[in-house]
Amino acid sequence: MTNSIRDIAEESRCIFIIGSNTTEQHPVIGSKIRRAKRQRGAKLIVADPRRIDIAEYADLYLRHRPGTDIALLNGIMHVILRDGQQDADFIAARTEGFDELAATVAKYTPEVASAITGVPAAKIEAAARMMAEHRPGALLYAMGITQHKMGVANVMSCANLQMLLGNMGVAGGGVNPLRGQNNVQGACDMGGLPNVYSGYQPVTQAEAQAKFEAAWGVPLDNRVGLTVTEMLKGAEEGTVRCLYIVGENPMTSDPDLRHVQYSLDKTEFIVLQELFYSETAPYADVIFPAASFAEKEGTVTNTERRIQRVRKAVEAPGEAQLDTWIITQLARRLLALGAAEPDTAAPFGGWNYNSPQDIMAEINALTPSYAGVTYRRIEAGASLQWPVPNESHPGTPILHVGKFTRGLGRFAAVDHTPPGERPDADYPTVMTTGRVLYHWHGGEMTRRASGLLAAYPEALIEVSIEDAQRLAIEDGDMVRLVSRRGAVEAKAWVTERVSRDLVFATFHFPDQAANWLTSAEHLDPVAKIPEFKVTAVRLEKV
Amino acid sequence: MPTLTINGQPVTAPEGATILEAARAAHIHIPTLCHHPDLSNVGACRMCVVSVEKARGLQTACTTPVFEGMTVHTDSAEAIATRRFVLEMLLTDHPNECMTCEVNGDCELQDLVYDYGVEWPQHDGARHSYAFDPDPNPFIAIDRNKCILCGRCIRACTEMQNRDVWSFASRGFATKLVAGADQPLLDAGCESCGQCVAYCPTGALFDKMSLNKGRPSQVKKVRTTCSFCGVGCNFDLHVRNGKAIRVTSARNAPVNGLALCVKGRYGYDYIHNPERLTRPLVRAKWLDPARLAQQVADGTWQVREKAGRRSQQTENGQRSTSDNAWPTDNPALTIDHFIAVDWDTALDVTATKLAQEKKRHGGRSFAFLASAKCSNEENFLFAKLTRQLMTTNSIDHCARL
Repeated sequence: MTNSIRDIAEESRCIFIIGSNTTEQHPVIGSKIRRAKRQRGAKLIVADPRRIDIAEYADLYLRHRPGTDIALLNGIMHVILRDGQQDADFIAARTEGFDELAATVAKYTPEVASAITGVPAAKIEAAARMMAEHRPGALLYAMGITQHKMGVANVMSCANLQMLLGNMGVAGGGVNPLRGQNNVQGACDMGGLPNVYSGYQPVTQAEAQAKFEAAWGVPLDNRVGLTVTEMLKGAEEGTVRCLYIVGENPMTSDPDLRHVQYSLDKTEFIVLQELFYSETAPYADVIFPAASFAEKEGTVTNTERRIQRVRKAVEAPGEAQLDTWIITQLARRLLALGAAEPDTAAPFGGWNYNSPQDIMAEINALTPSYAGVTYRRIEAGASLQWPVPNESHPGTPILHVGKFTRGLGRFAAVDHTPPGERPDADYPTVMTTGRVLYHWHGGEMTRRASGLLAAYPEALIEVSIEDAQRLAIEDGDMVRLVSRRGAVEAKAWVTERVSRDLVFATFHFPDQAANWLTSAEHLDPVAKIPEFKVTAVRLEKV
Repeated sequence: MPTLTINGQPVTAPEGATILEAARAAHIHIPTLCHHPDLSNVGACRMCVVSVEKARGLQTACTTPVFEGMTVHTDSAEAIATRRFVLEMLLTDHPNECMTCEVNGDCELQDLVYDYGVEWPQHDGARHSYAFDPDPNPFIAIDRNKCILCGRCIRACTEMQNRDVWSFASRGFATKLVAGADQPLLDAGCESCGQCVAYCPTGALFDKMSLNKGRPSQVKKVRTTCSFCGVGCNFDLHVRNGKAIRVTSARNAPVNGLALCVKGRYGYDYIHNPERLTRPLVRAKWLDPARLAQQVADGTWQVREKAGRRSQQTENGQRSTSDNAWPTDNPALTIDHFIAVDWDTALDVTATKLAQEKKRHGGRSFAFLASAKCSNEENFLFAKLTRQLMTTNSIDHCARL
């Protein structure tokens, strides 16, 4: 998030949610948005192919077809520009590429955008007006924007809109992706990505490479590594021989599970570090029992870049061990076996950590945005949002104030491109996937939480009233979804949340996981994110 | 900014402040029950009554705005007598069950009864005897006998969660707290966030999963950050006898205050699920057959799940997955069985294999999946292992999934 939860909840005059089921996936943010809307009169606009819960509270609900976000956003920007409502001062002083954007969105009249998205032209006009008249406005999105073949372009389109309105670098504004996992932000920040070291220092940049080579005392690879989707492809093709998985369950959460299964099967050696014998466990060669969040000390970073403590409350069961212990033990053995030979003079070449504080000291030294995030400060009560360039810096609740990180904000004109996966006569319905309030991701934890499982004991497929009538499906009947890759059967929830020819399925329950149906073929060309939000399926009554 | 006098002390308060706000800012205590600083004020319980000179009768401090020259006495004999009477009236329809009550020691009513020395009332009138926990939802237990009708749960649901689930039904003595149109909570649109429990001053609403698991004086509270989504809610894990038995929210949590969602507040018990992995497992094919046979015979290693993989490619080409092929003809111990081993063995097997693979195939043959569930420190070390020791940048995690 460029902004903070607090400034959006308290200062935003218009909150635009696109592709985020906020009240179910980020419920505390969802309730703060409802509060902003009801208790202080902020405007709320929700755009989503599903009539999700937060849509019920919206001043305007735009039901666009899956995979038409760019057309919708371009249509809104068209109206803003047509009516001269753009923030001309902001555009002139702080951005570049405006002319190209203007030329592109000129094509997206409300009528054109309406024909692509299915949203009535009058609603596109109304949304543009509401945003223009209520500034600052915040844009919030989640996987509904990113999990598309056009994911990166979708994000750029969101940024275009906010720059056009001058909603950047101000309290109550911003482009705000809501991150789905407790430390997905931190995992990215710490260099758990194939193209960057910690703090987003590119592996391809000579300066960064030299810095880490000096710190760690070894030569480093300067080629970008594989993304998760490419790893499984590599495994399938035999170029990836060893896979080491920490706390992740590809056999529920990755696209096209049959392909995942095949790829894992072909992998020479798989190490899994886990809490449970997960759906991926049967494919592993070694399984390390790991400690849960309640059994460890450390820090995590939330969606607004806030670094907070996790504290040990109970002992790990049996011989389960801390991830830091496991990794350190393994590293020491690899060093003993000569897998790498760090220069003994390198300041961080060794693996002698006695506490998370020791590790954080190394993070502080090597990661400019975390340089001032010390345990001393956190334990004294500081709640810091990165970048925190030094120990006296108070943190950065809002990014891009006065100046974008890259200098000028770049408008990136993008055109609507249809999704990679298209319905046809055999697979006429679009399936979109996601999560529900009571479960979390692959369900490995929540299916083992007694109350959550009692409240939501089995998978449900959301079916529209129109489709249900056509196929004589009653609420609670078993239905089958068939895609070009597989089939799943689960109970139908007949609901107005989805419209005709749209179904929604989750991946919380392994046998009914929507990922038996999704495709690993259609990836965003830059982010390599799968197109989870659009899968062509056939709905059948069982 | 008006200046007033409270108990003889001059106090300046912002325009529109209530007597209660002015008093608290000046560290002057006024007791409350239906008031909560996050919620609107309704002046329902009359605990905060104070004497205001020249005003007729007592005033509720939580709803009365201050004015210039106001003179307030928070502990006048009349105010104290009224508070005692209010407490006595509440006790006439409240169970005398502190001995077994979940919130004993963390109950605002109990504290006030103690502070004001109120005796258990001699009373033979009507008392409610509602059924305990009549709602089938798995999260929130309702004990209407302990409800003092303060309405904090209603305001929490309406003003904080903005879900409008709770309300009062009926009038007078028959007034009771209901969900929706007197429906089960989950049918009334409840999201099971548990904020009503967090704002309840008594034991009327309580966390069902924590019933009989440990009272405030019996637990250690550990402040931590939730393990589910990326909002970063802080909460207190209550620990008793080595087990996490409850989660409570905290007003000073930077992101969420007293708010949590159903997963954060009620989804913690997976950590004690009996299915937790408790020993390192290594597939038998990577263990020395003779040592394996010996360790299994000794009982130090245990044969666990058998999980077949379709192909078992090795350096030497295709290897049979036939159950009887290795190491013995015992179908209860095949190359596909997981063996629960000691840590040294599991780590040695892994390190040896990884080192060997690196030597033969180089860093590009590895792929590492870090975890969005793990801490910053853990992810940093894992990325360091990937880059420094395995010489590859092929590390990613589920940010894309």
